[in-house]
Amino acid sequence: MPLTLQEVEHIAKLARLELTDEEKTRYREQLSAILDHVAQLQKLDTSSVPPLAGMSGSESHLRPDLARPGLGAAELLKNAPAQADAQFKIPPVFE
Amino acid sequence: MNYEPVIGLEVHIEMLTKSKMFCSCPVVDSVSAEPNSAVCPICAGHPGTLPVLNETVVDFALRVATALGCRINPVSIFARKNYFYPDLPKGYQISQYEEPLAVEGQIFIGEKLIRIRRVHLEEDTGKLTHVDGRGTAESAENPVESQNRRAPTGGYSLVDLNRAGVPLLEIVTEPDFHSAEDVRAYAELLRALVRYLGVNSGDLEKGVMRVEPNISVRPVGTETLGTKVEIKNLNSFRALERGVAYEISRQIQLIEAGGAVAQETVGWDEAKQSTYSQRSKEDAHDYRYFPEPDLPPLVVSESWMNRVRASLPELPWERYKRFRADYGLNHGEAWGLVSEKAAGEYFQSVLGAGGGAVRTVYAWVTGELFSLMNTSGYGFESGKLPPQEMAALLKLLADGKINQNTAKNVLAEMFASGASAESIVAARGLAQVSDAGFIAQIVAETLRENPHELESYRAGKVTVANFLFGQVMKKAAGKANPQVVRAELERRLKE
Amino acid sequence: METLTEAQKLLQRGEISSRELTQQALNQISALDGKLHAFLHVDGDSALEQADAADQKRKSAPEPVSPLLGIPLAVKDVIVVEGMPCTCGSRILQGYRPPFTATAVKRLQAAGMIVLGKTNTDEFAMGSSTENSAYGVTHNPWDLTRVPGGSSGGSAAAVAAGLVPAALGTDTGGSIRQPASFCGVTGLKPTYGRVSRYGLVAYGSSLDCPGPFGRSAADVAAVFSAMQGRDPLDATSQDVPFAMNFPLAHRERAGVREKDVETATTLQGVKIGIPKEYFISGIQPEVEEKVRTAILSLKELGAEIHEVSLPHTEYALPVYYLLAPAEASANLARFDGVRYGPRVEGDSMWDVFYKTRGEKFGDEVTRRIMLGTYALSAGYYDAFYGQAQKVRTLIKRDFEQVFAKVDAIACPVAPTAAFKIGAHGDDPLAMYLEDVFTLPANLAGVPGLAFPVGFDQAGLPVGMQLMGRHFDEAALFRLAHAYQQVTDWHLAKPGIS
Repeated sequence: MPLTLQEVEHIAKLARLELTDEEKTRYREQLSAILDHVAQLQKLDTSSVPPLAGMSGSESHLRPDLARPGLGAAELLKNAPAQADAQFKIPPVFE
Repeated sequence: MNYEPVIGLEVHIEMLTKSKMFCSCPVVDSVSAEPNSAVCPICAGHPGTLPVLNETVVDFALRVATALGCRINPVSIFARKNYFYPDLPKGYQISQYEEPLAVEGQIFIGEKLIRIRRVHLEEDTGKLTHVDGRGTAESAENPVESQNRRAPTGGYSLVDLNRAGVPLLEIVTEPDFHSAEDVRAYAELLRALVRYLGVNSGDLEKGVMRVEPNISVRPVGTETLGTKVEIKNLNSFRALERGVAYEISRQIQLIEAGGAVAQETVGWDEAKQSTYSQRSKEDAHDYRYFPEPDLPPLVVSESWMNRVRASLPELPWERYKRFRADYGLNHGEAWGLVSEKAAGEYFQSVLGAGGGAVRTVYAWVTGELFSLMNTSGYGFESGKLPPQEMAALLKLLADGKINQNTAKNVLAEMFASGASAESIVAARGLAQVSDAGFIAQIVAETLRENPHELESYRAGKVTVANFLFGQVMKKAAGKANPQVVRAELERRLKE
Repeated sequence: METLTEAQKLLQRGEISSRELTQQALNQISALDGKLHAFLHVDGDSALEQADAADQKRKSAPEPVSPLLGIPLAVKDVIVVEGMPCTCGSRILQGYRPPFTATAVKRLQAAGMIVLGKTNTDEFAMGSSTENSAYGVTHNPWDLTRVPGGSSGGSAAAVAAGLVPAALGTDTGGSIRQPASFCGVTGLKPTYGRVSRYGLVAYGSSLDCPGPFGRSAADVAAVFSAMQGRDPLDATSQDVPFAMNFPLAHRERAGVREKDVETATTLQGVKIGIPKEYFISGIQPEVEEKVRTAILSLKELGAEIHEVSLPHTEYALPVYYLLAPAEASANLARFDGVRYGPRVEGDSMWDVFYKTRGEKFGDEVTRRIMLGTYALSAGYYDAFYGQAQKVRTLIKRDFEQVFAKVDAIACPVAPTAAFKIGAHGDDPLAMYLEDVFTLPANLAGVPGLAFPVGFDQAGLPVGMQLMGRHFDEAALFRLAHAYQQVTDWHLAKPGIS
């Protein structure tokens, strides 16, 4: 299998996903099968092919420097799971 | 064995455009503004939102990069820098990676060449504050640091997104610095530059400019670079210089004691005047950069570049050179006038308006006038004392119409009332008297009224002349031309 | 429920009011959506209010009013509409109320359309069956034991079952075209950049395209026309003029196929390419048969048929399943329990990240985030993400070369008709293979229009797709409309309604 258990755990850490042992095993198998399939891309010689940079044409589409009022703290915090002092409240950042 | 420090600098500069980098929220002072008062779904990272680049941000960036002599890439690409932190709403920062806005610039610290490796655009993060169990708040800025500190029990953290999405310019140098003094000099030069270009105040304390040195040491005469350490949290020019000096010293001592420098990020502790390790347990450095699919490539046309070049004011180092060459000012004098753009311009304007000799103008502008401005809180750019008025005052002095003392008083009144020098002198009858006959008369009178002192002088106590001088001036109600008084007094005393 | 074009005529003639039309839709939803589960949210009161306002406007405004005035619309639940929840079919957005509306929806609302509600979707648009929704699967109106396709299954089913005349979906790898095919309706994946993505919850940023479902090409064109165009809030959107140059009005249908070519548009001079890589073994035989028959109809209408080749077609799947998850891994990083959505509590902020994301994302989303993270990670970027971007260039070039010779490409939409719910079990790769014919258009950015061309023996709809040059949706509409003048597959209704 292309993926080891440690690699699965490393990826989960990079993506901040807490996985159960069962999930780690299952995803290891499934992701390995997918990676086996995508490996066929390696067959192609792309040494003289540029990556597809963007899909949006050649204009930069900038906007003028005009300020508009924000949503306001009250509206912004309506969806917040927790708040205090007009800010998003979260458990301590320190461990 | 002698070691030399090798230092490269990363400086982040907030660009104070009206609106944020990728949305129309106003750019506010995140220290003083109400929390979350300048936030919209885009800079809050709501699902479904998209970034659109502010054209003035690019303009500001082009001006800085051009001033630094960089080569501007006609096409540059944005990239996502992926990591998790509560003050990073999208879970990635839009930055530039492989194809930045500008590369290969240079700047001189005195005669020393500092090469600018790259200048690129990115967005700022929000602000994180930690509130401990007792309710005391402290900043919790650094993602690496925060994973390792132990929090006091209880407490929570707060997120303010006012600063999220504020436009930043990152300037990276080659490791061309070899002393803490040079690092400070560079930072001061950059501060002057951003002020000249109207990009921001250059205030390290306010965080609008953030300097992060990367420091390593190596034996003198060798080429290989040592392991480098990055220092964060240097919030003043003084801290910058001391922090760099401390770290250089720490590394040398460590190596000489047989140890090895670890590659890490350290923080500067202002209170302890030392650095502390922020070594991470997790490898937080796989940013998985890839080109930002939501933004087309940034194209800078030749005509835009021409407009930028044409719009640059005289740059600080250009003005510095010119002030030294044209006016004969020394390093400290020239830099003092240059580092504050308004002061240098005022100085020039006074000269241009007929203020007279350079040294006189210099002395008055940086002496009397500057101290009046300091106490009053009005600066050179306030228009409180137009340069033509200053020049007129100095002309009266140079023409001998008033003396030095009078001029000081008149200046103070001009500053307070806004009236012209001419009108104040006329109204108060302050015109200096130079008439030889009048002065001969008051000198004679003074000598007659102070026979003891005249005796003392004749007996050899020459310092009495100063007392007598003061008496003559007092008799003349301060309006006598002091040079003429001195000459007449000397003549009489020598008889 | 009438088609959109029919509803327009009735409204214009005053034979029906918008209120009546909207009430009809709500009644259909009440009657049938219990079995279908196409909708996740319906706001009847607001819809009727808007209907009344539309009726008022029609009475008092000077002629002509917008052709879309007073017509109900459903919106896939990955597109935000202020005033309605947006779940993206995920637990991680349960309870989330967006503070803004997507530009595409705003434009349709400005044109007078009435948003009735939000439709079911695979979680974050990742899937080909709508089975990945955290809120239950949607059932195919033609056979309730089968999937409607995905990820825009709810929208496709709602239109097929006559709950609404039109609905919005999104297509990142086929998620409009494949459900259109499975449900027997017409669906357009526009050119990338044609329709603003502002307000579409991002999955694959360089692939996502919002687009309309309707009962006919004319219906779809009407909605598309009002949605498309450059948006200052989306830097990847572009302005290219779109003109509909074919007759919109359907003739009255008596259930009899018309052979009268006089009123049908002739396709003289149009060249259609048949790509050999899309007619491979493994396709359900009836699917191939129906598609080939439809191509013959187009030929009878005057089009020239050519064999063409898109040589890198087989690489579309691996390219897509590296690029889309890579972009998604970054796009979904914002779901962290800090600013919106539910939060799973923890002692530290890091706990909150790990637990909220670990618990609230479904399996398929988790897999794709992991796949994408891996493809971008240190040491793997060049081999995976980098290589995929290069092969994507090759796939795009294939299309450019073919479009130098033909005006449109005709091919199947999916290898089979709608499969049974649960058929792919827990085999992600098998599910991915459903998309082989639709993925290439997303990689190249070209438009694709899917429409029904028959039924298989089980009575399930079979669809065909036409792909066109960038920004040439008009050619696709012209072809499909001509086909729909001489056939009536698109007017068939499932027994459920």
